[in-house]
Amino acid sequence: MTVALGARLAALALGGALLEIVAVSQVSVFGGNADLSPLLVMAAGLLCGSVAGASVGFATGLFLDLTLVQTLGLSSLVLLGVGYWAGRLRELRDPQGPFAPLAIGALATLGAEAGYAIVQFLLGVDAPVSWLLAREIVTTVLVNALIALPVYAIARRWLEPSLPDSLRRRRRPARPGLSPLT
Amino acid sequence: MYDSKKAVRRRRAVLGLLVACSLILLTAYFGESAGGGLHAVQRGFLEAVSPIQDGASRALKPVRDLFGWFGDTLDAKKERDQLREQVRQWRAEAIAGEVARRKAAGLEKLVGLDRDLGLSEMGPVAARVIARSPTVWFNTVTINKGSVDGVRPYQPVITGDGLVGTVSLNVAGHSAIVQLITDTKSGVATKVADTDVTGIVQPAVGAPNDLRLEFIRHADEIKPGANLITSGTSTTRLPSLFPPGIPVGRVTKVDQDEVDLYQRVHLRPFAELRKLNFVQVLTRPLREPQS
Repeated sequence: MTVALGARLAALALGGALLEIVAVSQVSVFGGNADLSPLLVMAAGLLCGSVAGASVGFATGLFLDLTLVQTLGLSSLVLLGVGYWAGRLRELRDPQGPFAPLAIGALATLGAEAGYAIVQFLLGVDAPVSWLLAREIVTTVLVNALIALPVYAIARRWLEPSLPDSLRRRRRPARPGLSPLT
Repeated sequence: MYDSKKAVRRRRAVLGLLVACSLILLTAYFGESAGGGLHAVQRGFLEAVSPIQDGASRALKPVRDLFGWFGDTLDAKKERDQLREQVRQWRAEAIAGEVARRKAAGLEKLVGLDRDLGLSEMGPVAARVIARSPTVWFNTVTINKGSVDGVRPYQPVITGDGLVGTVSLNVAGHSAIVQLITDTKSGVATKVADTDVTGIVQPAVGAPNDLRLEFIRHADEIKPGANLITSGTSTTRLPSLFPPGIPVGRVTKVDQDEVDLYQRVHLRPFAELRKLNFVQVLTRPLREPQS
């Protein structure tokens, strides 16, 4: 990873997290709200690979936990898992479809929400948990799926100038019946 | 081949290191008290970033308002119909209340119990909400007033609609974290305004508009539509954090399950906790109002 790419990833993580806490999380959509952080971490993983995805996830989570005075390490753990998963998805399957970021964004959000819930249950919850939590999670996943494509496009545009050739080059899908020379 | 193995080792090492860092932070943070080192680091970080948050929050307010407008428009029609119905009910209640108030004023003077809320004497400090936690597991907001403005831990926070929460232990010089009444660690001593039945309002995770009034016996009659207010202090040994009479919410549903020891009372908070822009911190909540 080059210094320029690292700087751009850091700016993406911190700028995105700041935008999330001062604006996005305060806008209610269909009774829920969007959660930018899993989408940004997913985009970083999908564009730059698993190590960068995990690192961006860890940094974004740490920034959120420090800024919002939440349980330190919780968001880092959840988001680094999301970033690593998205990066491995790129390295192993390299999804190419135009709507791939939408589906991966929705899965990343679902994974993050499930991760938060599991860790919170492991740490102990002081209040009863309502079934409406499931509705809240589904709403966030749907809203995030709606904004996943533009968020991914912005992240790609921001990172692309610093991406090395090995990351910029995408693997071509196999076309049965055609010679590689054609 | 060698490069590939090296890359795999490097990838696994980075992942292992980051997971270990997260787990160490989580364990250390969970194990220490609120005055511990990691909490202090968080407060220091909050102090450093709160001016940036404040500036960004001001700059992005038009964007927030624009997106909020779309959501508000969708909800507006339904809300208008509900409000019209409420206005009809309240008009009738207001007339009955006016008669009762005149009676009560005379009685209060007699026994010297002039207990107006007197919030202006409780040192209200107006603050702007500059950040909010995006997950449902942490119902906290950050405000742009801190210890320099007289804000201290456990002070009540209100809006024009009703109770919002309390200031948490994390107070920096120019910002503070407010724990909303929908946060899992919250509990508010309340009473039903017209019957004086008391209970504790607690949240349910994932349902910010559905609080629970706990410890209400089956013998106590509570009907949907009843208003809940803070009960204030009933004993000098354990003073309440909240002054008496602050509106908290309205009862929406009462579940009478014979198996349970207590009734399950659901209520909706008066304050719009998802759309907080400005709040007031009562910096002298336990000061007795002047009669």
